[in-house]
Amino acid sequence: MKLDLILRVGTKLILPFILIFAPYVHFHGDYGPGGGFQAGVIIAAAIILYAIVFGLDAAKRVAPQGLIERLVPLGVLLYASAGLPAMLSNKGRYLDYGVFGHHFAHAHEWGILIVETGVIITVSSTMLAIFYAFADRSRR
Amino acid sequence: MIELIEGVLLTMLAAVTIAIVRQHNLFGVVILAGVYSFLMASVLIVLDAVDVAMTEASVGAGISTVILLATLYLTGSREDPPAHTPALPLFVATVTGAALIWGTFQLPGFGVAHSPIHDHVAPAYLEASTKHEMPPNVVTAVLADFRGYDTLGETTVIFTAGIGVMLLLRGRRKRQHGSAKEASDT
Repeated sequence: MKLDLILRVGTKLILPFILIFAPYVHFHGDYGPGGGFQAGVIIAAAIILYAIVFGLDAAKRVAPQGLIERLVPLGVLLYASAGLPAMLSNKGRYLDYGVFGHHFAHAHEWGILIVETGVIITVSSTMLAIFYAFADRSRR
Repeated sequence: MIELIEGVLLTMLAAVTIAIVRQHNLFGVVILAGVYSFLMASVLIVLDAVDVAMTEASVGAGISTVILLATLYLTGSREDPPAHTPALPLFVATVTGAALIWGTFQLPGFGVAHSPIHDHVAPAYLEASTKHEMPPNVVTAVLADFRGYDTLGETTVIFTAGIGVMLLLRGRRKRQHGSAKEASDT
């Protein structure tokens, strides 16, 4: 499917900014609006835009479907396992971030970062997996 | 000034809603739903809920619109004429709407500082996050730290939704592969 030249060049110009904006929203979530959820949606939106303009096969070369579908449970596992260190070392309850460092603010910053990384992985891969599922079906 | 902006945004929300109800081309409905989400995101910015506004704009106007358009590609974009008279749905919608409006009379007034929600856990969160030098954006501290269990549950909900869609939409092709394999084996 070949679309308008302006559309294709415009998309290529916008994509790097969208892809940089996502980690900005993710890591800047401690200071401004945003966090793992919003950043995950932005990453998924970037790849969906690429798929719409350049075709589904091109998008699947960038983000293979098998990999994306494996990442969906991986994010939840990362989030859930972030609670285990405190429990296993008897230094706190489940999802207590105190074990991630000596200083309170430091330890909790690490805890929040790990948990948000779990969220960004699950959200971005779920949105993409749903899009792939719909797009695959419309081709048959 | 803020009342004026809110008034304009809410009037436009109502106008878009009426347009959605009157529109019979489903493509138009999907695009108008995207407009609705962007207006809602603007309302949330006026209410100082920037995190929620960002989510509404990206999920409501972005991803939902794309997935609904993909669905229209499968189903066609003409609305079938209704099979029944709309009397019963109209009755249900009117009663539910009236009950919801009646419920809002019990809510505290807009922007009241001493409503129950501001006197319960919110001050404790604000105090703890200042005392321990937590992230300056308290929303992040509340979501990922104070209420970490809730966010774990929400992430699990997204995971479950994704798995559900994949099972529903991809299951058939797997079976077709399986039957093709069986056919070639025998």
